[in-house]
Amino acid sequence: MTVPTKIAISKVYNFTKSSLYKRYKNFFFVLLIISIFIALSVPLANLSSDVSKSYERIDFRNLKNLPLVKLTNSVSIVTPKNSQCTHWDCFNIYRCGHTGHDRIAVYVYPLRKYVDERGVPATEHLSKEYYHLLNTVIKSKYYTANPEEACIFIPSIDTLNQDRLRLNLTSRALSSLPYWRGGENHLIFNMISGNSPDFSQVIELDVGNAMIAGAGFDTYTFREKFDVSIPVFSPAARLGVVEDNSQQRSWLVTSSQLNVDPFFLTELQKMRYHHHDYLLILDACHRHEYTQRCDIETGRTFNYPQVLKESVFCLVFRGERMGQFVLLEAMAANCIPVIISDGHVMPFHTIIDWKRFSIFIMESHVDTLMDVVNSVSEKRIKHMQKTLLYVYRSYFASMRRIVLTTLDILQERVYPHLSRTYDEINLMPEEVNNNPLFFPMTSPKSHGFSAVILTYDRVDSLFTLIDRLSKVPSLMKVIVVWNNQKKNPPPMTEFPKIQKPINVIRTGANKLSNRFYPYKEIETEAVLHIDDDIVMLTSDEVEFAYEVWREFPDRIVGFPSRTHVWDNLTNTWKYESEWMNEISMVLTGAAFLHKYWSYLYTKHMPADVKDWVDEHMNCEDIAMNFLVANVTNKPPIKVTPRKKFKCPECASNEMLSADLGHMVERSQCISRFEKAFGRMPLKSVEFRADPVLFKDPFPEKLKRFNDIGSL
Amino acid sequence: MQAKRRYLLVFVVAFLTFWYFGGYHLRRDQELHLNIEDLPNFISMNVIDTGYLVRGRYPDNSKNCRMETCFDFSKCERDFKVYVYPQEDSSVPSPSYLKLLNVLLESRYYTADPREACIFILSIDTLDRDRLSNDYIRNMQNKLQRLPHWNSGLNHVIFNLYSGTWPNYTENDLDFDYGKAILAKASMSENHVRAGFDISIPLFHKIHPAKGGEPGASSAYNYPLEKTYLLAFKGKRYVHGIGSDTRNSLYHLHNRKDIIMVTTCRHGKSWKDMKDERCDEDNKEYDKYDYETLLQNSTFCLVPRGRRLGSFRFLEALQAGCIPVLLSNSWALPFSQVIDWDKAAIWADERLLLQVPHIIRSLSPRKILQLRQQTQVLYDRYFSSIEKIVYTTLEIIRERLPKQPVRDGKAWNTFPGALVTLTTFSDYSEDFPFHIEKDEGTGYTAVIYCQLGVPLVANSALYRLVNNVGKSKYIAKILIVWSNEKRPANRNRWPLLPLHVPLHIIQPSGNSNIGNEAKSSISQRFFTHKEIETEAILSLDEDTVLTTEEIDFAFIVWKQFPDRIVGYPGRSHYWDDSKSTWGYTSKWTNDYSIVLTGAAFYHRYYNYLYTEWLSPLLHKTVDQSQNCEDILMNFLVSHVTRRPPIKVTQRKQYKEQPSAGSWSPWNDPDHFIQRQTCLNTFAAVFGYMPLLRSNLRLDPVLFKDSVSNRRKKYRRIELVGS
Repeated sequence: MTVPTKIAISKVYNFTKSSLYKRYKNFFFVLLIISIFIALSVPLANLSSDVSKSYERIDFRNLKNLPLVKLTNSVSIVTPKNSQCTHWDCFNIYRCGHTGHDRIAVYVYPLRKYVDERGVPATEHLSKEYYHLLNTVIKSKYYTANPEEACIFIPSIDTLNQDRLRLNLTSRALSSLPYWRGGENHLIFNMISGNSPDFSQVIELDVGNAMIAGAGFDTYTFREKFDVSIPVFSPAARLGVVEDNSQQRSWLVTSSQLNVDPFFLTELQKMRYHHHDYLLILDACHRHEYTQRCDIETGRTFNYPQVLKESVFCLVFRGERMGQFVLLEAMAANCIPVIISDGHVMPFHTIIDWKRFSIFIMESHVDTLMDVVNSVSEKRIKHMQKTLLYVYRSYFASMRRIVLTTLDILQERVYPHLSRTYDEINLMPEEVNNNPLFFPMTSPKSHGFSAVILTYDRVDSLFTLIDRLSKVPSLMKVIVVWNNQKKNPPPMTEFPKIQKPINVIRTGANKLSNRFYPYKEIETEAVLHIDDDIVMLTSDEVEFAYEVWREFPDRIVGFPSRTHVWDNLTNTWKYESEWMNEISMVLTGAAFLHKYWSYLYTKHMPADVKDWVDEHMNCEDIAMNFLVANVTNKPPIKVTPRKKFKCPECASNEMLSADLGHMVERSQCISRFEKAFGRMPLKSVEFRADPVLFKDPFPEKLKRFNDIGSL
Repeated sequence: MQAKRRYLLVFVVAFLTFWYFGGYHLRRDQELHLNIEDLPNFISMNVIDTGYLVRGRYPDNSKNCRMETCFDFSKCERDFKVYVYPQEDSSVPSPSYLKLLNVLLESRYYTADPREACIFILSIDTLDRDRLSNDYIRNMQNKLQRLPHWNSGLNHVIFNLYSGTWPNYTENDLDFDYGKAILAKASMSENHVRAGFDISIPLFHKIHPAKGGEPGASSAYNYPLEKTYLLAFKGKRYVHGIGSDTRNSLYHLHNRKDIIMVTTCRHGKSWKDMKDERCDEDNKEYDKYDYETLLQNSTFCLVPRGRRLGSFRFLEALQAGCIPVLLSNSWALPFSQVIDWDKAAIWADERLLLQVPHIIRSLSPRKILQLRQQTQVLYDRYFSSIEKIVYTTLEIIRERLPKQPVRDGKAWNTFPGALVTLTTFSDYSEDFPFHIEKDEGTGYTAVIYCQLGVPLVANSALYRLVNNVGKSKYIAKILIVWSNEKRPANRNRWPLLPLHVPLHIIQPSGNSNIGNEAKSSISQRFFTHKEIETEAILSLDEDTVLTTEEIDFAFIVWKQFPDRIVGYPGRSHYWDDSKSTWGYTSKWTNDYSIVLTGAAFYHRYYNYLYTEWLSPLLHKTVDQSQNCEDILMNFLVSHVTRRPPIKVTQRKQYKEQPSAGSWSPWNDPDHFIQRQTCLNTFAAVFGYMPLLRSNLRLDPVLFKDSVSNRRKKYRRIELVGS
């Protein structure tokens, strides 16, 4: 990361040097020395700023000739695995948090070759997968080369496959690690555990209080909130990876696992009798090869795992080990796993919701397989496939993904307040509801609203407006945003005398965005944004609009409505201010909004939109409509018939032409914002909100909102 | 000389560039690259050791119970029914347990026949198993052995709030052997929950409502949230013994400004003997703050463990919208199998008590807004009454049964929650009305309910109605639910409909045997007729007068609000303080809370909920009165969505003058009183009043505006009807 910047620096010096050379001979030497000095010190500084000077990142250059460590029988005391461990007692939380950031620090021991007195190695050669694992950790944001500040320790002894190691010796090797301390805060990765004939679900090492990231856990051996359940990585899975899930699949269910329990196999064969065209049962071919499978009846040969791409559902049975290769192979092929494995702790089950993309059947109910599978609706199958693709790619697709997911789980265990929510982990981005106001409710009336008036110098009209607003029962406060830097606002004594407090806020620059700043003076949820020249609204109208907003607190609720239409001639969006049968925007010249939107506008509006608005002094209201619609996917609500807002006497020919230019600019705004948001979020509706008894033949006196103006 | 220097310079710079940019990395990568390819796989796929699965090797030990070893699924094959043992005379359960049992007896899960039952619930109170408590039942073991279906606890669910006793409060000490029974227990710890078997429930007060339950107290979502206090706790501390450490150290966090941590040791008879040097000081601070005020005025509420892991505080904080900060290591949070508590609470570690202020101050206002709303979603959906707690427990068990469609975490953790999301209706979330993102839908099915049996002539209301509906742009199908003794008119006497609009007449089978009241229920109009294929249903009475334009406009509106009832005639409920009952009014009012289903659009899922989900008691009320089905539908939808219905423009008052000469329920004076009674019965069965008021009506954008009529899309709505 730092290397390219370094290069840039030396090149710059080179340039300057050659131009300076003729004139300043001596200076050249200085430059040369400086450049060499920098060139040498930058990488050193890098090392020492990241990591304390004495600690070296581990390197893999010398895999063939690893330093030997001879284990003598006497050296280490081995403690057996503590089956009672929990995060709360075996995990030493005080080892975390020494780095100053809220992130676990993971240390990886240097690579060594452990041998006994006779020189017999504890493990076979480092495997490709374990290399990837260690390499992922080292390149991750969690890595630290300093064991003193580390929170999690990962031995570099390859424990992925129990068959590849000598248990006793490896246990001793582990306990000989310099920071072992009974296994505290150590993480042991294991994918194949146990040996024939009893096939333990957990690696049979004496790991003391160490955590195990294992692939074979059942609910009896898994230590809740301590161990991590991971998948068995299948090196073959990549052969069957699908890029999308569009293709047709010719089989409904495929069983491809080797050595399926005879009980299951008999059940499958019975089912096949009735569902011959849907159920494919494969087993090893005569000459066994992992990538070849044969139909158990016809003997037809299939390439494996490619054949899984041809099936909608793939069966994953409990084998002698819980973790089965077929799980990841099926997931890679986007074949929905049907899991028939009682008590299996699914990989990453603490964060991943397997129900969203797989089906569980109890072992005793294998016979219901075809019924269950047939009852899944077409739409759900499509959805499961999409989810499966997303989840597989995010968390399972490679050793790297698997390791990072494991570390993320540990990170969220140590810093739970920073953990991602269910939605962030499991839902596809397009499924996540971003609406910050997701609890449906009618906002309480007693809280009232604050009126925010953006004004420049129209003091008379401002005072009229304040005076009129003061008659609205639910008004709590008036906030005048004085956007004129050249002139002082009139003194408070000149303001109309009203019962509600008035705050005047002076802004630093005449920007339209100032109207949407989330001033701390706004103490209510509801904010009435109103222009200083909107003086025609009656008290009933404003109060009614507030009532409507209370029912739809996440929407823009207001009076002036506009719409956007697609212009077929120019192939662009057109801003339409004609009175149409539809509306898709409510302008913020007179509208209620939740205060949250002010915050969002100020902090999270795409920068180019915000800049454009401030530069052109236009379209801030359109931008706000885009912003709200983009997050909520809901249209705004127009209230009451009120439509004319500019005073009629101001209209003149000059104004009209100015208006025309204004309209063109606003149409451009729509096209521009559509690009900035990457889509057209605005939605049109054909309704507006009126009081229940509006225009009904009913005595006006008895109507709660009777002073509702027209147009 | 100079040239030499220049070459030297160029050489040095070039070397450095190469060394940093290319060479150094190149060399490293090359070497590694070779090595990786040479490395062996961790497993050799072709020779992986295989063996044969030894099935059923798990110990049949109740401490190790799992669904697959300690549950008899064959009892649940037909339906998920719950049997409650009859009450024994000898012992009266505590009020809480009595409420719990009553909830079950009234629920749709209940069966009186133990042979039909999948789950068995004891009538012996097991809530309080603290030997020092008054509600403690002795000789539990003997009593269990005498139960006819006990069978060492198979398929039983045991509810428990307190276990263990002073001084150790041993967590799984219920003082009897519960064997294979599923524990639904408060204050469980992660390592005592039998995985996928036991269920952690919240600790609730004696006064916790049996049913309904008001929604949470947090009603406004100011942004950013500015409350007087950031974090608050007021409660007992124990000085000595199990669980006392955490609360004893809380005073370290107390800063008298925004973090209020006040404790007292003044409880129990002999507190003075046990007290430590801080007690007097603590008591003084303790008396300065009021519990309720802290709860209401604090953003976060500390929920530390007491003697046991859970505390009442947890539900209280949730209810108040005060985000719980959990300080109770290893506590298995209530229903954590299905509820994602990270969305509503903050976990702290007892070992890192002093970090708590840092942790909560680091949360963004946006996160706080989310957490706070989620407390309300969860409280309102799963915890606000004993009924919800019990139903949630049962639904969790139900999802474990074979062949039961399951809900994913999204259904559980988003509004309106899993209890009203019946996956038997559909396994696909977008088939439910709770998602607005709808592309162009399939139109609607009009269901016309014919109770009167007025002869079908060309001028009759029904004829005109069918005609008008048939002309609608969005109609997909017309369904006539014929529910009276007369025979429906021949197919050729009905109005001529466009070719793409089929008309079906449904005659309930029970109709043929006259006198069989039960079968020809008025609820038929809400049956889940298989002919209904569209999401939208337009429910109509045979005498409804509506124009095509009104219908089309309402449908357009409904598409924006698919979770609500969208219709024309509105009614209102009000609280009659003098009589202490709910009142019902059909007068014109400034607001409404009911939209009659004689002319309304709603989602077909509500038909399913109405038929399958409502308590049998409610159905009975409707069947007996042959009335109020529309009020019940409004109750249901408002209960599910917590939103009022929506009224749209209508041309003229609906059913102002019922057609003269014919009998109509609207003429019946008893009819109105009956409806008032219904309203009160429903409110009692629901346990609260779910109806919500609205005071807006949705009209076409240019409705009655003084602009040219030709500009208006829905111009006929403005005309006065004939």
